[in-house]
Amino acid sequence: MFAFAARAYRHRMRLSDSRPKPRQTSVLARVLAALSLTGALSACNTVVLKPAGDVAQQQGDLVVMSTVLMLIIIVPVMALTVFFAWKYRASNKDADYQPDWDHSTQLELVIWAAPLLIIICLGALTWVGTHLLDPYRTIGRIAPDKAVAKDARPLEVDVVALDWKWLFIYPEQGIATVNELVVPAGRPLDFKITASSVMNSFYVPAMAGQIYAMPGMQTRLNAVMNKTGDDFVGFSANYSGAGFSGMRFKTRSVTEADFARWADSVKAGGKDSAGALDAATYLELEKPSENVPAAQYASVSPDLYGKILDMCVEPGKMCMSEMMAIDARGGLGKAGIRNVSMLSYDKHGRAASAAANANPDAETRRELAWVRALCEQKPGTAPDNTVKAPADLKSLSGAGLTAPQSFAPNAIAFDKAEEHAAHSHLTSRN
Amino acid sequence: METVVHNHWSPLLGRLWWDAIPQEPIVWATFAAVALGGIALVAALTWFKVWGYLWKEWFTSVDHKKIGIMYMVLGLVMFVRGFADAVMMRLQQAWAFNGSEGYLNAHHFDQVFTAHGVIMIFFAAMPFVTGFMNYVVPLQIGARDVSFPFLNNFSFWMTASGAVLVMMSLFIGEFGQTGWLAYPPLSGIAYSPWVGVDYWIWALQIAGVGTLLSGVNLICTIVKMRAPGMTMMKMPVFTWTALCTNILIVAAFPVLTAVLCMLTADRYLGFNFFTNDFGGSAMMYVNLIWIWGHPEVYILILPCFGIFSEVTSTFCGKRLFGYSSMVYATLVITILSYIVWLHHFFTMGSGASVNSFFGITTMVISIPTGAKLFNWLFTMYRGRIRFELPMMWTIAFMLTFVVGGMTGVLLAVPPADFVLHNSLFLIAHFHNVIIGGVVFGVFAGINFWWPKAFGFKLHEGWGKLSFWSWAIGFWFAFMPLYVLGLMGVTRRMRVFDDPSLQIWFMIAAFGAALIALGIGAFVVQVGYSIWKRKELACDGDPWGGRTLEWSTTSPPPAYNFAFTPVVHDIDAWDDMKRCGAPRPAGNFKAIHMPRNTEAGIVLGGIATVFGFAMIWHIWWLGGLTFAGLIGYAIFHTFNYNRDYYIPADEVTATEATALRQLAPAGA
Repeated sequence: MFAFAARAYRHRMRLSDSRPKPRQTSVLARVLAALSLTGALSACNTVVLKPAGDVAQQQGDLVVMSTVLMLIIIVPVMALTVFFAWKYRASNKDADYQPDWDHSTQLELVIWAAPLLIIICLGALTWVGTHLLDPYRTIGRIAPDKAVAKDARPLEVDVVALDWKWLFIYPEQGIATVNELVVPAGRPLDFKITASSVMNSFYVPAMAGQIYAMPGMQTRLNAVMNKTGDDFVGFSANYSGAGFSGMRFKTRSVTEADFARWADSVKAGGKDSAGALDAATYLELEKPSENVPAAQYASVSPDLYGKILDMCVEPGKMCMSEMMAIDARGGLGKAGIRNVSMLSYDKHGRAASAAANANPDAETRRELAWVRALCEQKPGTAPDNTVKAPADLKSLSGAGLTAPQSFAPNAIAFDKAEEHAAHSHLTSRN
Repeated sequence: METVVHNHWSPLLGRLWWDAIPQEPIVWATFAAVALGGIALVAALTWFKVWGYLWKEWFTSVDHKKIGIMYMVLGLVMFVRGFADAVMMRLQQAWAFNGSEGYLNAHHFDQVFTAHGVIMIFFAAMPFVTGFMNYVVPLQIGARDVSFPFLNNFSFWMTASGAVLVMMSLFIGEFGQTGWLAYPPLSGIAYSPWVGVDYWIWALQIAGVGTLLSGVNLICTIVKMRAPGMTMMKMPVFTWTALCTNILIVAAFPVLTAVLCMLTADRYLGFNFFTNDFGGSAMMYVNLIWIWGHPEVYILILPCFGIFSEVTSTFCGKRLFGYSSMVYATLVITILSYIVWLHHFFTMGSGASVNSFFGITTMVISIPTGAKLFNWLFTMYRGRIRFELPMMWTIAFMLTFVVGGMTGVLLAVPPADFVLHNSLFLIAHFHNVIIGGVVFGVFAGINFWWPKAFGFKLHEGWGKLSFWSWAIGFWFAFMPLYVLGLMGVTRRMRVFDDPSLQIWFMIAAFGAALIALGIGAFVVQVGYSIWKRKELACDGDPWGGRTLEWSTTSPPPAYNFAFTPVVHDIDAWDDMKRCGAPRPAGNFKAIHMPRNTEAGIVLGGIATVFGFAMIWHIWWLGGLTFAGLIGYAIFHTFNYNRDYYIPADEVTATEATALRQLAPAGA
């Protein structure tokens, strides 16, 4: 039961909110950007403010807009501080001196209301921005003036943070790389992210904001690259141990055609190819290593990512989903104690000695078969928690909305098809 | 990569073995320096025969003023240690470019940044604010001591015990390599198998006992021991902030205690609260630690807001503008600080609505904080501002803190946080508020209350050098970090491959050098002032003070006030001066006082050994010392010799001397 409760916590709770929001005009953002920090910082490569991907660009614009909004109050405060300090210095005997003046209702109103107004604006910006730029939400646009095509299929990349390198699995292409991320520019990207041992954070500043990579859990990131380029960097943004500094990967953004060519060449193998990535090679790869050079795998076991997420790549290790399925049925009582060796994941730590479980003895195999018979689960069947971007961005600006309907039951006249649509609409958000 | 495996264990010494001595020349050199310095200090103390004096007058003292000063000394010593860690980091990061590994290996560097954070928050900033609250609060409310004087002494020694454990980890074993909040699974036994995280756990657990008890003590003092006439809305602002801080401590520290207990159970007893195994959830740890961690930063900053309020009103020669709005702002911050914790991990995958909620609550905190800033601003308006050192620190705070506040609100916007989280921009932000707020506040407070504590002012010239080095050094040290953050550079990096970043790290290192000058100048300022104390001597009220602590002598007598003052106004002492309230000159009565006791330092000492035994798995010693702690505490309850009376004659004599010192003010 305990495990089941914990797992429920693992999957994010999601309030089904996606109110239409006004679309932020990038013209405004550009003007503000020109006015502020960006100009002063243009000398250095401030990738956070001038990225190559649309998601990161919107996030960078939000940084600039929020800053400008706050400067409206910060600058006067700083100026007044200096001015008052100078004007009312003790040596200036001409200045007014009212030692007992300690209250003014009007001033109090102003000093509470002024920050409040700024925060109301910023709060609105935050609410809208946070929902629009939710990393779990599929992107609704490729660029400010270009919506995602109806038939566009995002490229899925499964990301695994290992000690201390990154594994990228391309399920569509059936290939995998280590410390090298290659993506087609202009195509929506759908990252599914997990880790093997400790927490990391997956971050390509030029592409989109970061999201944690955590063992036994899956986080999501939707993004797109708008420019091609060979020298973008990606890294872990959450300290993860001794090899953390070297946990960096080169990110290349290429045209669709070049991407297809690259994928084919990886698939074809070659003298530099690391061959096939299956459970055994993965367990070898998983062992701690530092400053690992890029590598390419010509093929990947289709269920590998799911097993990594389910923490059961090791032979003889019970999958979390199986454990939870047992717990969901009330657990095994005292008999469950016999399973402990099959459940243990952290036990060997970074020594990664899989010896204990690598060759399960006959009894363990029997138990495992018994468990599998009890509750056959497909490894890695995490619930799909994608949030769909609104199909029509026009609705975000409020254009074409009908007047509010009455909520009286008799005023609602669905036909069967509409009712069905409404139902599926709700479940897709759960 | 070389991994050293420590798997030695013996019943007598636990995990302690020769391999506990760090294989680092830098550590050996430090150890040699510390050992030589320590031997010299002990020799000097013995030569001048001050051990007895220290023991009788300080270590066993239950006087809140002496305990307050001991907290400040502890904070200062640990601050220097924490700063040494900071300099090592700045040096490493300015160095490790173009293929160079710098001069620190990962094992050492990772301990350095972990220790820096832990020491600065728990063993520098916390003792500083606790020290101020201890020293100032009873004097400001017209009390003779805190509610529980022995508990106060005990709290101090528990805090010191935690500090001793952290210092020990430098030379015996290792400290954690997990970052200052030790997120699991990294801090779990599987990924941090040796003693580093255990040092962290036991140091915080033991010091946490002290912090929590001192919180209880001060709340009780403020609620129950105010002078007659001092209603809640006539309390000095510093006392208000102290009250709110201690409410935060009492409500937040048990969460830390609990989460440390759970991590201890994971590491020692094979539990699975935060492991990857058996349904453990590291995310639960991250939530819990920040439910304590966010109030913690307000625990540090609120008393400093109080210091700035007292300083501003004193040196502007003016009543504080908007007293009640200041009080309500403090209360609002106290409450709001509990509903913002999730902003420390927007990137952990919460839904957009959850993230926006915590982002917006975070922004809302800036409203009362902004109101406070305006209140200080309008206290300056139509004042007569004397730019003495405390006021200079306050102006620097106002100009620095707003920038840190702004970047803080920026980071509260979740999509902005996605690109800036864990970056050097974040590092720059929190140093901007912690240095600009807490450190500047501590220096303002030291310069402000030093004359009260010792009867002479601190030298102004050296103080100004310290001030300008800090004020300028801060901007040099942390503006480059803001820029680097916008360039996508993350924190806790040991080596870099992009050479264009190096210049920024060099500027930051230069800033750290300026700050070092500021710390050096402060030490000289203190030393020089002690040397020239005759010239710098002052009476009880050197600044034209407004609250009760300035109504007594500098330093105050052990009993603080011969008669309990009666309060009619927020600025009670200012009110008395204006009314020409006469100082009582006779009719003194014997004063009931608490007696010194060695129980605090003995318990603190046993707790240190207990912590050490648990860290090294020396089970017999752990059991013995734990029994010792309980046993000695019970033994102490049978000590009935706990109080004494200062005879009326002695009070009369003391007050007669005081009257001469206070003549100008009392007239």
